[in-house]
Order: sequence, then C-alpha cells, then structure tokens
Amino acid sequence: MDPDAIPFLPRGVRLHHDRVRDAWVLLAPERAVSLDPVAHAVLSEVDGTRSLRQITAALAARYDAPAEEITKDSSGFFKALHDRRFLEVRP
Amino acid sequence: MTDTRPPIAMLAELTHRCPLACPYCSNPLDLARQEQELDTDTWARVFAQAADLGVLQLHLSGGEPASRRDLEPLVTAARDAGLYTNLITSGIGLTERRLQALDAAGLDHVQLSLQGTDATMADTIGGYRGGFDRKMKVAEWIGTIGFPLTLNAVLHRRNLHQLPRAIEMAVEMGARRIEVATVQFHGWALRNRDAMMPTREQAREADAIVAEARARLKGTLVIDYVPADYHSDYPKRCMGGWGSTGLVVAPDGQVMPCHAASTIPSLTFQNVRDTALRDIWYDGPAFNAYRGTGWMQEPCASCERKTVDFGGCRCQAMAIVGDPAATDPVCIKSPHRDALTAQADAHAAASADLVYRIAPGKPVPEPAD
Ligand code: SF4
Ligand code: SF4
Repeated sequence: MDPDAIPFLPRGVRLHHDRVRDAWVLLAPERAVSLDPVAHAVLSEVDGTRSLRQITAALAARYDAPAEEITKDSSGFFKALHDRRFLEVRP
Repeated sequence: MTDTRPPIAMLAELTHRCPLACPYCSNPLDLARQEQELDTDTWARVFAQAADLGVLQLHLSGGEPASRRDLEPLVTAARDAGLYTNLITSGIGLTERRLQALDAAGLDHVQLSLQGTDATMADTIGGYRGGFDRKMKVAEWIGTIGFPLTLNAVLHRRNLHQLPRAIEMAVEMGARRIEVATVQFHGWALRNRDAMMPTREQAREADAIVAEARARLKGTLVIDYVPADYHSDYPKRCMGGWGSTGLVVAPDGQVMPCHAASTIPSLTFQNVRDTALRDIWYDGPAFNAYRGTGWMQEPCASCERKTVDFGGCRCQAMAIVGDPAATDPVCIKSPHRDALTAQADAHAAASADLVYRIAPGKPVPEPAD
C-alpha cells in the first residue's frame, strides 16, 4: 500500500467496545472482528486525515519502537482489512 | 452448560409476510400470521436483551421485513440497543422515502436478495411480476444514500448459469460483498428438489467461477460462497455450531438455534413473550439439545472433524435420515451418503414445476409429484 495514502473506515465499519466481553471489536457488514490491544491501538490512529506514514510514525513514537518494525506489522493488518473492504484508502 | 459463550448474532424474523413467493424460501411450511407477530415494544425489549447478552450483529429479516410498517422504529430501537443493524430484504416494499427514514434511524447495512439477473428469471423465481425492475430501482436508491450493500444471489439449477452476471451486477451496484448461496434444501426448497437441485457439473462450474472472480476482484468485491452441499464431501458447519454463535427469533417470538429448527419435532422452544433471552440461550432445552459434542453418535463421536463442522446440520439429518442426532447425510462418512448421492443425481436429472411458497394463513398446497 502507498505510504502516503490516507486510510479511513468506510460507512458501515466501526470500532465498538464490546461491554459483555470487555474487548474491542471492528463491526462490519456481517462480521465482528475481535481486536487485540495492538490491533485496536493501530486502528484508533485511523482518523481519515493522516497518511499511513504519519500513522506509523505516531505509533513508533508512542510505543518507542522502530518505525520499520511498526510499518511491517501494521501494513499486513491494513492490507488484510483492505482486501475485505473493511478499510479504504484515498490518495 | 458452563462453557457456553455469549451469542454474536441474532436473526430477527420480523414477519413471515412477503410479496414474493420464492420456491426455496427458508420460512417454515407453517407460516405465522400477522396477528401472531410480536409488536414494536416487544421487539425493542428483545433487542435490548440481546445486546445485554452479548449479541453484536442484528439481522432484520423475514419474510420481507419491509412488510412491517414499524420497520423504521424497529431500526431505531436496534441502534439504541447498540446493535450493528443489517436489513435483509428483497427490496419490495421499500420506497426512496422509507430508505431515507431508515438511514436517519441509523441502519448500518443492507443485504438485497437477487432471484435472477434479468426480469424474466427473477420474476419467475420470485413469483412476482415487476419485482426485478423494482429491485433495480431500490438498488439505485441504496447507492445514492450510500448504505453499504451486500447482494445475495440464491442459486439453483435454473439460474446457476447467471452467476457471472450476478457478480458483475454486484460490482456495478457498488456492493462491497456478494453472497453466492446455493439453495439449501430446507423449508419450501425441500419440496422443490426435483425442480431446483443443481447438477454436479453446475456445482463444479460454480466453484471455478467463484475462485476466478475472487482472485480477479480482490479488494473490490468480497465473495462469500455457500457451495451445493449435496455435492460436497463434508457438511457445512451449521450456524457456526448449534447454540454457539447465533440465535433466531421467529415472528411470534419463539427462539430457535437455527431458522429451520422447527422441523425437529422433539425440540421444545421457548418464547420471548414470557422468558428472558438470556435464560433461553443458556438453559433452553432446544439450545442445549445439540450443543457441543456430547450428543453425537458414530461416526461423528470419534471423528477428528467433530469440532470443525459439529456433525453438520441437525435439520438435514432430521429431514433425510429421520434422526436429528444422526451424522449429516452429506458427510462422506455417513452410512446414508451413497443414498443421498443417488438421490441428488436423481433430483438433478428430474424435471418438475416450481412449487411456490404461499402467503401466511393460506393452506399449504401439495407438491406436484
Ligand atoms: S425467500 Fe423469497 S419468499 Fe421467502 S422471504 Fe425471502 S423474498 Fe420472501
Ligand atoms: S463424521 Fe461427523 S464430525 Fe466427522 S466430518 Fe462427518 S459430519 Fe463432521
């Protein structure tokens, strides 16, 4: 995925706190994807204004980890969500 | 059972009424009449109970849910309960204004059924003239409003050749998903096996079309596929496992582990009118009947796949073998599999007129033998 593309959650996809299981889930058409704390942290940065590059930089700073490592982990996650149409990008 | 987890999804069959008369309709032969349907407030209470129980996804279905005049307040109630709300509809009964009202009420997603890819096929299968043109209009309004859309194509011997066009239509409509569902032979479809059973060749061809389209449309269209199970080696994992992930509430308030469960005469169902959903889910006799693996007979009991498919579909075991605790006869390990294969081939080679679903409150016609 282009690091300068801006990811966003399309209509019908949203983060939801599941109070019964006390966990975060991504709700999408016919699917509820349970999110581990890392996945939740990554998706919480998706605000529809910042690029993938900016998001990974922010995560790297926040978790004090090398940006390459964050990029490697998060790009697979974003790609998987994108393939299932749970995440869109704009240039 | 102590290890029972909360359900994720609930199918609310708001009504059995429907302008269409699909010969494969999954509604029971004994349809609930309008005066037996739960009212708005009761549904709202059930939605709140479902959310408290752990349900995340609510599917509003039927019959045709748009036949309920109170569909808009029902969507509001579902969203107020915090549920992700999906409308499963043929489109008939929806107007642009109603769709706008549903949008305002917070409807999350629409699943539009497709009986065929042209008016001749679709209106013949749905038994409703003008239905296809109306549906295309509804699809346009859905697109204008911007609802996320899933197209749900139900396929059988008569329309399987239209699968490539159905996939194309989904892309044209801007749908994110298409469900390609080969008819499951329950309910009305069981009476129409001679008229609708796909051939083995058709089933293999559909597999190939889906595989090709999935690769080609990756990132554009998600394709969920329910293959023809009479032509498969192993059964489907029905409802994700009996009483494990989902529940169904019928129009009159009966709660069932699967929409076809009422075909199993030995089960006793409870009703949301007098019992809390939580008690029904955790302690209901129908839910505990086939939960987990303890109820299994051989060959399931000692099979390594028993927690993969949970022995397949109980309703199919009932319908074909006459024992709801038997191995799903689709399974190659079932002693009834050879008979089923012969039966499937015979149905596929037969020809018969369609037996249409009737309207609630009308007598059930005898199938044309
Ligand atoms: S399957 Fe056809 S007849 Fe049955 S509820 Fe759906 S649209 Fe109506
Ligand atoms: S024997 Fe039972 S558990 Fe094993 S594959 Fe067949 S249906 Fe599934």
